[in-house]
Amino acid sequence: MIEFPQLSLHVPEPAVRPGGMPDFSNVNIAKAGSVPRPPVDAAPEDIRDLAYSIIRVLNRDGEAVGPWAGLLSDEELLTGLRNMMKLRAFDARMLMAQRQGKTSFYMQHLGEEAVSCAFRKALRKGDMNFPTYRQAGLLIADDYPMVEMMNQIFSNEKDPLRGRQLPIMYSSKEHGFFTISGNLATQYVQAVGWAMASAIKNDTKIAAAWIGDGSTAESDFHSALVFASTYKAPVILNIVNNQWAISTFQGIARGGSGTFAARGLGFGIPALRVDGNDYLAVYAVSCWAAERARRNLGPTLIEYVTYRVGAHSTSDDPSAYRPKTESEAWPLGDPVLRLKKHLIVRGVWSEERHVQAEAEILDEVIQAQKQAEVHGTLHAGGKPSVRDIFEGVYAEMPAHIRRQRQKAGY
Amino acid sequence: MARMTMIEAVRSAMDVSMERDDDVVVFGEDVGYFGGVFRCTQGLQAKYGKTRCFDAPISESGIVGTAIGMAAYGLKPCVEIQFADYMYPAYDQITQEAARIRYRSNGDFTCPIVLRMPTGGGIFGGQTHSQSPEALFTHVCGLKVVVPSNPYDAKGLLIASIEDPDPVMFLEPKRLYNGPFDGHHDRPVTPWSKHELGEVPEGHYSIPIGKAEIRRPGSAVTVVAYGTMVHVALAAVEEMGVDAEVIDLRSLLPLDLDTIVQSVSKTGRCVVVHEATLTSGYGAELAALVQEHCFYHLEAPVVRVTGWDTPYPHAQEWDYFPGPARVGRALAEVMEA
Repeated sequence: MIEFPQLSLHVPEPAVRPGGMPDFSNVNIAKAGSVPRPPVDAAPEDIRDLAYSIIRVLNRDGEAVGPWAGLLSDEELLTGLRNMMKLRAFDARMLMAQRQGKTSFYMQHLGEEAVSCAFRKALRKGDMNFPTYRQAGLLIADDYPMVEMMNQIFSNEKDPLRGRQLPIMYSSKEHGFFTISGNLATQYVQAVGWAMASAIKNDTKIAAAWIGDGSTAESDFHSALVFASTYKAPVILNIVNNQWAISTFQGIARGGSGTFAARGLGFGIPALRVDGNDYLAVYAVSCWAAERARRNLGPTLIEYVTYRVGAHSTSDDPSAYRPKTESEAWPLGDPVLRLKKHLIVRGVWSEERHVQAEAEILDEVIQAQKQAEVHGTLHAGGKPSVRDIFEGVYAEMPAHIRRQRQKAGY
Repeated sequence: MARMTMIEAVRSAMDVSMERDDDVVVFGEDVGYFGGVFRCTQGLQAKYGKTRCFDAPISESGIVGTAIGMAAYGLKPCVEIQFADYMYPAYDQITQEAARIRYRSNGDFTCPIVLRMPTGGGIFGGQTHSQSPEALFTHVCGLKVVVPSNPYDAKGLLIASIEDPDPVMFLEPKRLYNGPFDGHHDRPVTPWSKHELGEVPEGHYSIPIGKAEIRRPGSAVTVVAYGTMVHVALAAVEEMGVDAEVIDLRSLLPLDLDTIVQSVSKTGRCVVVHEATLTSGYGAELAALVQEHCFYHLEAPVVRVTGWDTPYPHAQEWDYFPGPARVGRALAEVMEA
C-alpha cells in the first residue's frame, strides 16, 4: 500500500500585510495595445486567452494604442474626465458629511471611477443596470441630479426613498439603475432575468449585472452564469475586482482559478479581462459586450481589474489589514490622472484647465449639497414621516399594517 | 362549468392568465415540455410556445432571482418551485429581494411574481417532500401567502395572485390535488368530480386574496384551518357531532381577521389546526390574535392541533399528520373546558 503524507489545509494569504512592502509582482500586466480585438461573434472557445490577459488602451506615455483604441471623440473623453472628477468630488464631500454626522454611512469609489463612468456610456436609454453599492458613476455619467443622490444619502424630507434605505442604495428606473439591495450577489441573477424578459418580448434593450470580486463566491453568481448561458440572455456580466472584499483579499474568493474572468469559460460565456483604471479600455470592452448582447449573441463576462484605494465603507479601516502605501504601488495607476494625461497628449486639455475644472466641479457639488441640506440631514431639519415606515410595503395597505400605523400615532 | 381536479384548476388558471395577458410567463423545474412533476403545466408549452413556458435549471435561487428581474422588466412570472421543501435556496431572493423591492425603491420598481409550490404531507414524501413552510413566509413583510383548499378556490385565487401587484406565495396542498382528503388515509379518497367545489368555471374569474370562507356554520366552537386541514377539520367535526363553525382561511396574509373574530365572539371557543410544526407556527399567530381580539368572549383556552415539532418522518407519516382523531380530541378538550 502506498504511504501518503498527512493532509493539510491550504488557506491563501495576500502577498503582503501591514508593515510590509506593497508587492504587485503577481499581477501580470499586458502591454497597452497588445491584446487583440476579436469580432463580436467570435466563438467563446477561440478567445479564451482574453480571460487571462488585461486589455489596455492607454500606455505609460498617455497615448491610446492598439485595436481597442479610437472609439471616443475629444468631446466624449472630456465628458468622461469630468464625470470621473465629479464622482470623486462628490465622494469627498459625502465622506466629510458622514464625519460631520449628516449621514450614518458612506461608500466611496476612489480609484474605481472609470469602471462605472465609462460603462454607462456603452448603454442606451432603456437598458437596465443591476448595480452594487460602488457604481454611482452610472448615475453621475447619466446626469442624474446630484442633489437627488444627496437627498437620499441624508435621508431628508426630499429623499426619493423616504428614509427607508441605507445611504447610497439609490434607485432610478428612469436612469436604468435598479434599486440597490445591499444584499450581495442577488442582483446578479435578477439582471439575467431582466435580460431574458427583454428577449422574451423581442425588445432591443439589454441588462448589465454588477458584482464585486468577493461576492462572486455567492451561489447567486453561479446561478446567474447558468441562466445567462442556457438562455443566451442579452446581459453583460460585470465583475469589479478591486482586490479587497472588506479585509479579505481577492484570493479567498478566487481560489485556484487564476482570474475571475475565467469563471465564465466553463459556462461557455466569452470572458474579457480589462484594465479597470483605463477609461478608454473600459469603454471599448463594454461596447464590445453590449454589441454582442444587442446582436442576440448572448452574455459576456467582464472582469475589471482595479484597486479600491479607499476604505470599504466609512465603517472600515484598511490600515488594519493591508499596507498603507499599497494603493500608491498599484501598477495600473489612477484613472483620473491617466485620462487627464491622455487628453493633454491629445492637445485638448492642460494642467491649468484641469485645476479650473476641479474648482468648477467642487463648486457644483457644494451647490448641490447646499440645496439638499435645505431639506435636512439625517439628524437635523426635514425628515421623512413616521407614516412612511408603513406605506409601500404592499400596493394596498393591509388592515394589520394600518392598525400598527394607527398604534404608532399616524 | 367543468369538473376539475385541483391540478386541472391550477393549470386552467395559468392557461386563462396566459391567454389574457402576454406578459404572464411560466417556468420552473420540469414544467416545460413534460408539464411538471404534478402535471400542473401540462400543455402550456405546446399552446404558448417555449419562450412563455419553459424548463429551468435546478436552481431555485436562480428561478426566483430571474423571475424578480423579469417582473422588474414588466412581466408577470408565475413560477413553480417543484416542492415547497425546495424553496430554501431561494429564501434570500424571496425575503430580502421580492418582498422588499417595492418598499426599498418607494415604488420605483415592483415585484408582481407568483411562486407556486406543492405543500404538505400525506404522500409518503419524507422530510424533503412534505413540509409546510407557510410561517416562514407570513413572518416576512411584503409577501402575500395563499393556501387554497379546493379546485374552485385554487383557480380563482391563482388568477388573483397572478394579477396581484405584489409577490404571492401560492401553497398548493399536494394531498388535495386529486380529491378532498380528510385525513382518513385508510379509506378511498373521494375524487373532486364528486365534490361541489370540483365544479370550476372554464373561463376567467378571481377570488379576492384576504377573504376567508365559512365551510360549515356552527355555534359551539370555531375551527380555524386552511389547506388540507379544512377537510380534516370538517371530518372531525362530523364524527364528533359538534356544532362547530369551520373557517377556511384561504389567505394567511392578508388575513381575514374579521371573520375569525366574529365567529369566536359568537362561539367562545377556538381550535386552530395546521399541518406545520407547532412552535412559532402560524397557529401561534392565530391564537394570539384570537386572544387579543376575543379574550372576553372566550370560554376556554385556544387549542392548537399541528404537526409535531420534529422533522416530517417517512414510515410514521400517519402518526405525525394531525388527522381527524387528533382534531376530534382537541374539540372534546375545548368543549369540556
